[in-house]
Amino acid sequence: MQANPQLNRNGELQHLLSLDGLPREIVLQILDTAESFASVTEREVKKVPLLRGKSVFNLFFEPSTRTRTTFEIAAKRLSADVINLNVSTSSQSKGESLLDTVANLSAMQADLFVVRHASSGAPFLIARHVKPHEHVVNAGDGRHAHPTQGLLDLFTIRHYKKDFSGLTVAIVGDILHSRVARSLIHGLRTLGVPEIRVIGPQTLQPPGVETLGVRVFSDMRAGLAQADVIVMLRLQNERMGGALLPSAQEFNKYYGLTAEKLALARPDAIVMHPGPMNRGVEIDSSVADGAQSVILPQVTFGIAVRMAVMSIIAGN
Amino acid sequence: MRLRISNCRIVDPASGRDAPGAVLIENGRIAALDAEAADARADETLNGGGRVLAPGLIDLSARLREPGYEYKATLESEMDAAVAGGVTSLACPPDTDPPLDEPGLVDMLRRRAKALERARLYPVGALTVKLQGESLTEMAELAEAGCVAFSQANVAIRDLQVLWRALQYAATFGFPVWLRAEDPWLARGGVAHDGAIATRLGLAGIPSSAETIALASLLQLTRETGARLHLCRISTAGAVAQVRAAKAEGLAITCDVSANQIHLSDANIGYFDSQCRLEPPLRAGSDRDALSLALAEGVIDCLCSDHTPVDADGKQMPFAESEPGATGLELLLPLALRWGRERGLDLARTLARITSEPAKILGVESGRIAPGAPADLVLFDPDEQVVISAERLKSQGKNTPFLGEELAGRVHATLVAGRIVYRT
Repeated sequence: MQANPQLNRNGELQHLLSLDGLPREIVLQILDTAESFASVTEREVKKVPLLRGKSVFNLFFEPSTRTRTTFEIAAKRLSADVINLNVSTSSQSKGESLLDTVANLSAMQADLFVVRHASSGAPFLIARHVKPHEHVVNAGDGRHAHPTQGLLDLFTIRHYKKDFSGLTVAIVGDILHSRVARSLIHGLRTLGVPEIRVIGPQTLQPPGVETLGVRVFSDMRAGLAQADVIVMLRLQNERMGGALLPSAQEFNKYYGLTAEKLALARPDAIVMHPGPMNRGVEIDSSVADGAQSVILPQVTFGIAVRMAVMSIIAGN
Repeated sequence: MRLRISNCRIVDPASGRDAPGAVLIENGRIAALDAEAADARADETLNGGGRVLAPGLIDLSARLREPGYEYKATLESEMDAAVAGGVTSLACPPDTDPPLDEPGLVDMLRRRAKALERARLYPVGALTVKLQGESLTEMAELAEAGCVAFSQANVAIRDLQVLWRALQYAATFGFPVWLRAEDPWLARGGVAHDGAIATRLGLAGIPSSAETIALASLLQLTRETGARLHLCRISTAGAVAQVRAAKAEGLAITCDVSANQIHLSDANIGYFDSQCRLEPPLRAGSDRDALSLALAEGVIDCLCSDHTPVDADGKQMPFAESEPGATGLELLLPLALRWGRERGLDLARTLARITSEPAKILGVESGRIAPGAPADLVLFDPDEQVVISAERLKSQGKNTPFLGEELAGRVHATLVAGRIVYRT
């Protein structure tokens, strides 16, 4: 069986592909490094020279604005040269294979590929075929993983809750299709969170999800009781009104986060969302913009976390 | 021309024989055994070197990719692979391009195969035109052209009325129907077994019920029509239970399983290994164990390679987009031997699953070592290790989950109709 290619022979991070099986020390190293970069982002001159002379290729086979932008900002703050490629609209539509695209870019002296792809596992395939000095960062692959999102979620939780050991974290919504949920669950497990709950209708829960180390709830009220952290997931438009869900309205009624449902959690609970939000579907505006929401700080922390990941990987 | 194979351990699963001896071959058939064979005058003698001499393997599912997919494999490359693997008879499913739905295509394929003088080829015709599940093929004409059975390969018939009529029509003539049970709606979009592994990897799942529900329909229609049903490549413990019950009830069905399925589970996908992208998907470990046991008990009648050569480009893709299939002709013997060892079966009982049992399903006289039987034979060393590598594989498909593994069982000679078609 193939090994996870993300660690090199010394057990260091060669690529960041998944939080599944990523050692605790590396997760903490990334979070601690991100802490030091958080101050950089608040300075007048927001640059450090760690990746000077390096080329970062943002390789997005699936459209994205937010994630691509935060990676671009993070790379630029590390003084790297950034090249953005929306492959979904160029060579792939001309029939070029994924590996051919990567080989061509590799010939242009890339150092780091930031890859988003609609197919689960695509960054693993790329990581197996790049040159030894090249690195791959998974920026979201299908339903599988979104490790930098998972890390920024962990960073946010640590920032507000300090300690993971007594926490109850509730993840709500479309678990089935969510790479954000999968990455966060693995990260929370690694850092020792004792109670992770996933909340949603059976149609949006993947089979055997409890084997990931979570408790499954279909009743949102029961699932939110005494939660310290609530993570709302985005519900894709195409999932509404099909065989998975009857309507956005009914979803909102039973699984949308309202002020009234939020009151079931602990009074100091924080509310997170990976964005972009569907206001009035999975989350009400009063909550999204309320005092317990940390949704915008998540975005800010995301830059520091991505700087940390890229600088650590490029240094290994 | 009389050929003697001497100094070998003759294993004949049909009779249960496993003893040293010799074989005399004349006019493509076995003429005599043991003392009679040893004493007879022969034009040529092949010294078996103490190795096992068994009936040539009979594989009920090997895709040769002709016509239409010659870039993946050709009849020539795959027939070479067959005899290198000790396979002397093989049935090929109809999912070529165009599908085997016209007598002319079948006739051409048989002629081409015959001209190559390697293994015997038994084409399986399409049950419906273009495998589209809408209208019946000219089954009687196709049978005259040489089709031994009718199948949909991996393409399900969506409309159960068409399936019902197809079974009725095939039953009219007594034609065997070879089908895989998979509900196309439940399986839609899926690429892996719907379980904890698919959940962890974020792969769209195919639930076990896709197989068990389709199988329930198929069994009920078989009861009602009296069709001669052979089930292809079952993959779940649930299907094993259904087949067991159907056979206990007296339904005259037979069943096969792929060699990949009795050794591997979805856990072998690891980190998106596209070699493990197969149809049907690799199921849970408990399914694999149930299949392996059922094959030993005879609930599953035989083991097939489900040989499906895929070119490198087809596998160098993200898991879900990669092309399903694995090369198998050259792995059938070692994988059967490994299974037999794991289950503690003797060689005769192990080999029955790839010789005498599939011979019964095909309705051919090969698959046994007895005077008068066709001299389709394989001489092999059951303990000699072989590394499965792209360089060694004769098949044009170098794709298999077993690539790089060392497996016991090396073929040293293969004979078809008394002619040596492969020799190390």
